[in-house]
Amino acid sequence: MIRTPLRPLAQILKARAKGENPDAIEAENRRKRNEEGRDAARDRAEGRLLVLGAMFFCAFVVIGARMGTLANTVPEEPRASAVGNPIIGQRSDIVDRNGRILATNLETHSLYAHPQDMIDPANAAKQLAAIFPDMDEEDLLERFTGERKFIWIRKQLSPEQLQQVHDIGSPGLLFGPRETRLYPNGPIMAHILGGASYGREGVSSAEVIGVAGVERHFDAYLRDPANEGAALELSLDLTVQAAAEEVLAGGMSLMNAKGAASVLMDVHTGEIISMVSLPDFDPNNRPRVLTEGDQSDSPLFNRAVQGVYELGSVFKIFTTAQGMELGLINQNTLIDTEGPLEWGRFKIRDFHDYGDELTTTDVIVKSSNIGTARVAMMIGAERQRSFLDTLGFLEPTPTELAEAPTGKPLLPRNWSEISTMTISYGHGLSSSPLHLAAGYASVLNGGTLVTPTLVKQEGPQNGPRIVSESVSARSRDMLRQVVVRGTASFGDVPGYGVGGKTGTADKPLTRGGGYYDDKVISTFASVFPVDDPQYVLIVTLDEPSENSGDKPRRTAGWTAVPVAAEMIRRVAPLLGVRPDVETLRPVGVTLTSN
Amino acid sequence: MRGILYVLSALAVMGLGFWAYQENYKTQQSIRDVRVLHAQIGAAHERLGILRAEWAYLNRPDRLADLAELNFDRLGLLPLMPDAFGEVESIIYPLPEILPITDPIDVNSIGPSTEDDPL
Repeated sequence: MIRTPLRPLAQILKARAKGENPDAIEAENRRKRNEEGRDAARDRAEGRLLVLGAMFFCAFVVIGARMGTLANTVPEEPRASAVGNPIIGQRSDIVDRNGRILATNLETHSLYAHPQDMIDPANAAKQLAAIFPDMDEEDLLERFTGERKFIWIRKQLSPEQLQQVHDIGSPGLLFGPRETRLYPNGPIMAHILGGASYGREGVSSAEVIGVAGVERHFDAYLRDPANEGAALELSLDLTVQAAAEEVLAGGMSLMNAKGAASVLMDVHTGEIISMVSLPDFDPNNRPRVLTEGDQSDSPLFNRAVQGVYELGSVFKIFTTAQGMELGLINQNTLIDTEGPLEWGRFKIRDFHDYGDELTTTDVIVKSSNIGTARVAMMIGAERQRSFLDTLGFLEPTPTELAEAPTGKPLLPRNWSEISTMTISYGHGLSSSPLHLAAGYASVLNGGTLVTPTLVKQEGPQNGPRIVSESVSARSRDMLRQVVVRGTASFGDVPGYGVGGKTGTADKPLTRGGGYYDDKVISTFASVFPVDDPQYVLIVTLDEPSENSGDKPRRTAGWTAVPVAAEMIRRVAPLLGVRPDVETLRPVGVTLTSN
Repeated sequence: MRGILYVLSALAVMGLGFWAYQENYKTQQSIRDVRVLHAQIGAAHERLGILRAEWAYLNRPDRLADLAELNFDRLGLLPLMPDAFGEVESIIYPLPEILPITDPIDVNSIGPSTEDDPL
C-alpha cells in the first residue's frame, strides 16, 4: 500500500506559496491516518469476534447434538476398550467352604404383551389361561382389549412355559430376558442365604436384589462388577449342614418340640460350620412375612440368631470360669449350697437338694443354682457385666446376616445384685444360641476371644485373652465331668470326648410377670473333643417334651442332650475328627514292600 | 527441486491416506470379531452356569440321601459314622508275587530225602 506522506512536498510548497502554515497540512494528514488505522483495527476486531462467535456456536451445536444423541440412544457397552470382562456382569454365586454351589443364577424369561400388535386377543387369552392355571381368561381378554399398550403378564417363565407361549404364535406376546436366583439345595441353609427378588425392572433386564440373610448383607459385594464373578465363600459346610438339619428335624419331632436351633462353630477361627433353625422354608419360594401373630413362629424367623431366650444353666460355666480367673475359687473350692438361698423376697432353689457344700466342679456337674449364685456374689455385678460384655452378650452378634442386628439380647434394666445372681445361672438375660456358641468358643478354646463369622477364614482369630489357658482347660474338664457323671450322661459319644452343660429354662409368659410351668427352652452347649477343643455345638429345643415315661420329661438332659449326641456322632466324622478309641496294636510304620 | 518435494509430499499423503483407510477397516473387522467372540463366550458362560446349577441341583443332599436309600440293596450306603475310621495296619496290602520255585535247595541237616521217606 502506498503510504501518504505526512508532509507532501507539493502541498507544502503550495501552502508556503499561499503563506499558510504547512503544519496544518501535517496535522490534517495525521488525523486521516489515525482514522484509517482506527477503522482497520475495528474491522479486524469485528472479524475476530465474528469468528469467535461462530466457533462458540459450532461448539455448542456439537455439544448439544451429542447430548441429544446420547439421551436418545440405547446405552451400549464400549466394545473397543478391553477393560474388565464385559460378559460376567451378573450377580456372583455363593458357595460353601468346599466350593459347592449354594446360590447361582439361571437365565429365564419374562412375558409381556403389546395388545395393539395382537391379531386374535381372544385366542391368546384362552391359550394363556390354559398354560397358566392361575390366570383367568376373561380377565386377560379384558386387559388385552383395553386402552393399555403394555402389559406385564408373567415375571418369570420356565423353559417349557416359554416354548408353550411361543407356540401360541401371537406377535403381541413378547419375551424379555431375566436372571433368576436359584438355590439348588432347597431349604438347606434357608435362613442363612435368605433369598432374592427383583428390584427395578425393565423389559430387557431386571435388577436382582437380596432380601434377607447373606444375600442382603453382601448385596453390594455380590453385585459389584469389579469382582468379575468371583463367588462369595461362606464358612458353612453343605454336607455337615444337611446332616445337622436331618438330625435336628428328627430330634425335634421325637421330642415334640415346636422349634429347634443348632449352631456348630470352629472354636479357633470362629467360622460357623453349620447353623440350623427349624422350621425352615424354601428360599426359591420365600414365604410372606406373617401379618398377624408372633413373628417368632414364622418359618422365616432365624432362631439361632434372632431368637433371644433365657438359656438357663449353660451360663454357669461363665460364672465359674470368671471366678477361677479372678482367683476367687478353684475347681476344688467348697461352695455353700444350702438352700433355699434367700435374697430379699426372692428365693433361689435347686432342682434337688444337694446338701450343704459342693466343690466347684460338682456345682457345675449337679447344676446347682445356689452354688453358682454364691460365686456370682463373690464376683459382683460390675465385674460380671464387663465379663459378659467382653464375650459379646450385651450386643447383637456381629454375624454377616441382614437379620443379625435384630437379635439384640434382653438385659435387666438395673443390673442389681439379684440380677447378678440370676444371670449367673442364665436367667434374667436373654441371648441367642449364636451368642452362646461364641461365648463357649471364647472360654473353651484356650481362652481367646472369638467372634462368630459366616465367611471362610484363613486361620485362627487369635483374639484378645479372656481367661487363662489353665482356666480354660479346667472349665473343659468340668464340662467333661457333666457328661461323664452329671446331667448330660446321654451326651457321651464314644471316642469323641464330649464335654457340655445342659440348660433348661422356663419360658417367660408372653404377657410378662412370670413363667410357664410346662413350657421350657432346653439347651445343650457342648465342646468336642475336650482334650483338644475343635468345635462347639449348641442345640436348643423350643418347648420339648419327652413322653416315653409316666409323665412328660422336659429337662435338657432328656431332650436336647440325646439330639446333640446324635448330631456329634453324625457330624464329627464328616468334619474329619477321628474318634479316639483304643487300638489293638500301637500305630507304627509297617514295611509293606520289599 | 521444490516441485519434486511437492510431488513427493503429495504421494506421501496419498500413501498415508490409503494406509489409514486400510487400518480403519481392519480395526472395524477386529471389533466385529471381538463382538462375535464376546457373544460366544457369553453363551458359553451361560451354558456353564446352567450346567453348574444342574450339577448342584442333582447333587443336592436331599436327593443323594433318597438315592442312597432307594439303592440300599445294591450299594449298602450308610451315613458316615465314627466306626468308619480304621487303622493303617488293618488294610491288607497285596502280597508280593513269589516266583515259582524251579530249583529247590534242600537245607535239611540230615541230608537229601529219599524216595522211601515215610513223611
